[in-house]
Amino acid sequence: MSQPRHIGDVLLKVDNVSLSFGGVKALTDISLDVREHEVRAIIGPNGAGKSSMLNVINGVYHPQQGTITIHGKVRRDMNTYAAASHGIARTFQNIALFRGMSVLDNIMTGRNLKMKATLFEQAIWIGRARREELANRRKVEEVIDFLEIQHIRKTPVGRLPYGLQKRVELARALAAEPSLLLLDEPMAGMNVEEKQDMCRFILDVNEQYGTTIVLIEHDMGVVMDISDRVVVLDYGKKIGDGSPDEVRNNKAVIDAYLGTH
Amino acid sequence: MSFFFEVLIGGLLSGVMYSLVALGFVLIYKASGVFNFAQGAMVFFAALTYVGLLEVGLSPWLAIPATLAVMVVLALVTERVVLRPLVNQPQITLFMATIGLTFFIEGLAQMIWGANVRGLELGLQDEPLQWVTDNTGMNVSKFDLAAAGVAAVLVTVLALFFSRTRIGRALRAVADDHQAALAVGIPLQQIWGIVWGVAGAVALVAGLLWGARNGVQYALTFVALKALPVLILGGFDSVPGAIVGGLIIGATEKLAEVYLGPYVGGGIEGWFPYVMALLFLLVRPEGLFGEKIIRRI
Repeated sequence: MSQPRHIGDVLLKVDNVSLSFGGVKALTDISLDVREHEVRAIIGPNGAGKSSMLNVINGVYHPQQGTITIHGKVRRDMNTYAAASHGIARTFQNIALFRGMSVLDNIMTGRNLKMKATLFEQAIWIGRARREELANRRKVEEVIDFLEIQHIRKTPVGRLPYGLQKRVELARALAAEPSLLLLDEPMAGMNVEEKQDMCRFILDVNEQYGTTIVLIEHDMGVVMDISDRVVVLDYGKKIGDGSPDEVRNNKAVIDAYLGTH
Repeated sequence: MSFFFEVLIGGLLSGVMYSLVALGFVLIYKASGVFNFAQGAMVFFAALTYVGLLEVGLSPWLAIPATLAVMVVLALVTERVVLRPLVNQPQITLFMATIGLTFFIEGLAQMIWGANVRGLELGLQDEPLQWVTDNTGMNVSKFDLAAAGVAAVLVTVLALFFSRTRIGRALRAVADDHQAALAVGIPLQQIWGIVWGVAGAVALVAGLLWGARNGVQYALTFVALKALPVLILGGFDSVPGAIVGGLIIGATEKLAEVYLGPYVGGGIEGWFPYVMALLFLLVRPEGLFGEKIIRRI
């Protein structure tokens, strides 16, 4: 799948980002870029700083140094709300769905920023609030069809098996029609079939909607198959960056994974 | 048997009054994890403000929206000034803050409107409904029925709002998972503001009804204590739990008073709900409808 596609300009640029928690350096001087419409993977051994990197992009963590440029604008200290309104959606390593709510309601929350009716309009349920609800509902049904989860629409999320919960989380992120989609270990803990399904969905999203995807994944087979470019982190430092083939043959990367330092 | 039902119905209807107070607790607890001890003081503040505005010469139809506005402002200011700076502090800190808030709100209310006990007239008599008495031989209070009707309307409106609108959905989402809510672009602080505002409005309804029943006085703050067993029974984070819990507490305390009371010299209505709550804590600490917390070890 790594043939060149309609890959565009740089969408997100991370320059010299360093992040530490007290004395612990999570990220040291990381630079990387993500181009429009590509699937970009971040890999590395446990504790390499992959999730930290995602959290920086998403605005959860504020790096002590470095800049993040998105859509050509420099952003420092962006919070998660601002990130969401800039078209960044994400999924979490340990599923963060609203467990008590139905699948449909969960996915509808993904549309939150697209809905503008005021509290007052909603309270009395007139005009704009009603129209908006219906229009967004239609959009959500599209996502539901796309991810093939029609049969569980009304089920409370807490009752679903793990693999389906992961898919609902992806659906919620997609409902926001993001320009940048961050996936934190979308296949962790899945069996082979679930992984294949998830791979197919990720590629379909990328192809049909042209969504740019940044993903963290441990399954090397998957990563090498679906990503256009891969960046490798180890102990918070970048040790490799390039096409899957380049990364596979990179000495530093092989050492990091085999543990010969 | 007719007597039994009369007591039961009376109990259920008075339970609705407890539910109204409990509802205010549940709303805030669900959305922000804060057990707002000041809910009782808010009830008192609402009742006193309403009566005070009437004394100033406002008509009841003006005084109600005016009081509503005051309550919403009070709630928003509380959220902004007291709770928001304490975000991410341990629960006990937040709880202590709301206890402090209780005394502050009480003091503020009495500073503005004076401390004497007043009556509150809603135009509803606490007397048996003639039609029911004629047909079934039971005495059912008009006032209690009206209170139950108001509570039913309030709960229906809240339920629709929570399930059918974007902000309602956002409220439930925030209640479920803060981190995920932020990531999908739900503004946490705006949501907390709305929840406090709604809790203020609920306090107004409870304040009017409780004030009409017991008189508007300082002790109104302590209806909050009556809501505690309701919350323990129903679960701190469940709106239906607050309703069912209130009904059960109301019914059992009246039945216990009538049927068990004579054996122990009466007056058990006051403490029986707490015994129930204690038993419940031993058997089902999360309440009837509360979310069971399961931890992996």
